[in-house]
Amino acid sequence: MRRRVVPYFLLGPGAAWLLLFFVVPLYYLAELSLNGGVFGSYEFDWHWANYSDALSLYDTQFVRSFEYAGLATLFALLLAYPLAYTIAFKAGRWRNIFLFAVVAPFFTTYLIRTLAWETILSDQSPVVKVLDTLGLAPEGHVLATGGAVIAGLTYNFLPFMVLPIYASLERIDVRLIEAGKDLYASASQTFFRVTLPLSAPGVVAGTLLTFIPASGDYVNAQFLGSASNQMIGNVIQSLYLKQSDYPAAAALSFVLMAAILILVLIYIRFAGSEALMGEEAV
Amino acid sequence: MSGRGGGLWRWLREHAVQIVGVLVVLYMLIPIVVIFAFSFNDPAGRYNFTWVGFTLDHWSNAFGIPELNEALLTSLKLAVLATVISTVIGTLMAMALVRYEFFGRRAANFLIVIPMATPEVVMGSALLSFFLILGTFSLGFQTLLIAHVMFCISFVVVVVRSRLIGFDRNLEEAAKDLGASPFQTFRLVTLPLIMPGIFGAAMLAFALSIDDFVISNFNSGTTVTFPLYIFGAAQRGIPVEVNVIAMILFFFTCAAMGFATWQQRRAEKMTSVRPEQEVGVGVPAGAAAAT
Repeated sequence: MRRRVVPYFLLGPGAAWLLLFFVVPLYYLAELSLNGGVFGSYEFDWHWANYSDALSLYDTQFVRSFEYAGLATLFALLLAYPLAYTIAFKAGRWRNIFLFAVVAPFFTTYLIRTLAWETILSDQSPVVKVLDTLGLAPEGHVLATGGAVIAGLTYNFLPFMVLPIYASLERIDVRLIEAGKDLYASASQTFFRVTLPLSAPGVVAGTLLTFIPASGDYVNAQFLGSASNQMIGNVIQSLYLKQSDYPAAAALSFVLMAAILILVLIYIRFAGSEALMGEEAV
Repeated sequence: MSGRGGGLWRWLREHAVQIVGVLVVLYMLIPIVVIFAFSFNDPAGRYNFTWVGFTLDHWSNAFGIPELNEALLTSLKLAVLATVISTVIGTLMAMALVRYEFFGRRAANFLIVIPMATPEVVMGSALLSFFLILGTFSLGFQTLLIAHVMFCISFVVVVVRSRLIGFDRNLEEAAKDLGASPFQTFRLVTLPLIMPGIFGAAMLAFALSIDDFVISNFNSGTTVTFPLYIFGAAQRGIPVEVNVIAMILFFFTCAAMGFATWQQRRAEKMTSVRPEQEVGVGVPAGAAAAT
């Protein structure tokens, strides 16, 4: 009998906190998104028009958010995989140093990191001069373009891609890879038939952990983009905190959450579910 | 000559992955180097974006801007409180989830995962809606604390749980057989063994809290934290002292990380009677497990 109540006592405070300050606020968000009226006298009246208005007004920012987040996720994957592979199989005694370097950006404030990219990508910087010479910076300009925002997103969420991939690569039994070689598979065959499939859970977790925060981000678009690179996060932020148009902002928040949820569910259907549910990602 | 060139080419091909890996690591460190370098800059105007000249003035004046100090102090207070609260209740949750089979376990797991899969802007705006409609909490330090504890809990649970899963229950059985009370067993056996996990979780919670901008921006009212100060200052030009303080925080975190690794090694020595004990990597104790 005692053992049966113990877990609920242990779980109680945390579950209560999450219910009260995560789940209940979502309910309030939903309610607010169906409010009608003007600022000062918002009232709940099943005002579904908030959704259609918000979507028709801000569809470009929505599409742009998913486009930028998708590209950033792809680039992060392309950068993260070789790095995670190096750490797991090639780094030897450098492994801890490499892992430290991966998490080190977290120790400097997110905003300052992004501002550092503003410095690096500013028109006077040597990096941009080089890119310009290579023809990669049209009109000698990188800052205040979509490319800069995507670069910022890629950089800022890269550790979230590296760590899960590393964790799944590290768990692979090296004998399986050796077996592939013993059976006369070429290096690339071994990689594509053995290593890559075995690291799939890490790739799934990493892409989700990169894509989800990236699609809701507004710091990179704010600092590295221009008015024509605004993402949906910028719109929500501005509607809430500057224009006090709470119902429209709440409707957008809800659509963003729903859209991400649907994308994630589709993705998991194709890629398997262990990674998101945490059991595997631990 | 061609033989030498061929050798180099072969070496490059054989080490292609490592070369890319090292380049990516350097890429990750570039902004840190830039932040460090520009903390010694002597900018001509208000904007610290172009290199002008070397000076130590801003390091000696690190705490010379009152609003910045106040914001930093608020952030530190907030981070310490949020860390303590979320670590305690998160650890209890992790114990329940790993040690017990009970009705609602799946639901509890789901409740813990879902905040990590929600964009911050949604969490921030939902909380703001809640606070606005409810009207009980005035926006400020208390609402920030509520929000920070909320988004830290899940990460704490995941980190501590990963430590508990690899835990050998026989050690506790042995303590009981030797006459220890349940409380003694917990204090003398369980706690020391999961301490590195708890410490890693606390560090992660602290880092998340002190670095949070998006959720704080929604729920701060007129209270200013370190990231909020930076955001506000970004428009009118950020003082170089911000870079200095960012680097101080960076070195401080590195030191804490070193301490955590050392502590973990010690805990591993304690359990080294078991040959199959999984040797965790100390460095990302918090960060890796949080994924």
